[in-house]
Amino acid sequence: MTPDIRVQKEVFDPAAESAGLAIDGAGAIATFTGLVRGDGGLVALELEHYPGMTEDALRRIAEDAARRWALSALTIVHRVGRMVPGERIVFVGAASRHRGDAIDAMHFVIDWLKTDAPFWKREEFADGRSGWVEARADDIEQRGRWSGQ
Amino acid sequence: MAIELLYFAWVREALGRDAETIEPPDGVETVDALIDWLAARGGGYAEALADKERLRVAIDQEFAGFDAPLAGVREIALFPPVTGG
Repeated sequence: MTPDIRVQKEVFDPAAESAGLAIDGAGAIATFTGLVRGDGGLVALELEHYPGMTEDALRRIAEDAARRWALSALTIVHRVGRMVPGERIVFVGAASRHRGDAIDAMHFVIDWLKTDAPFWKREEFADGRSGWVEARADDIEQRGRWSGQ
Repeated sequence: MAIELLYFAWVREALGRDAETIEPPDGVETVDALIDWLAARGGGYAEALADKERLRVAIDQEFAGFDAPLAGVREIALFPPVTGG
């Protein structure tokens, strides 16, 4: 199983990504699609990353997931650049013979992306305010729950 | 030996640059000492790098700690805690 990892500016199609995970041996596919939320008058979200490090970091997260669960396919797509509310920003899809492995692997990867992949978000609001999103303690906590497995 | 420094997110904005090449002086042997040396340049550096609690480090594209040695290092990135996904 070679994970499919992409960091790109282009939009992606969750249905096409999900269909691509339906390969021989898969009895279950779990997917997550993250969207830009329009809270508090947000008009745009700019995603910066660390070219060179990002894909390696995602690959390590994917390989870690593949060691922990029996996966037949795993896809991670993360967008960078400028996005507006409603746009898709991240996709994680895991396929396995059994639903538990697919769901847990997908959940694990999305929790890790929040805390261990070199992406930074900058918000712009309708009233002219803008600023970098601070890391959240509950994201760190979410990731922590996987450490014992 | 020359080290390539990379800056991301608000660290990049505060310093007004995304990269530079530096030659740390003798005695600057860890990431921690390097950040103190950079902060001593004053201006945006002093402000952006004063509070290490707000900074994270990658050495040659791997997350690292402040106590990591500089010997043999080619690239160091300084940035805020990540917020992807």
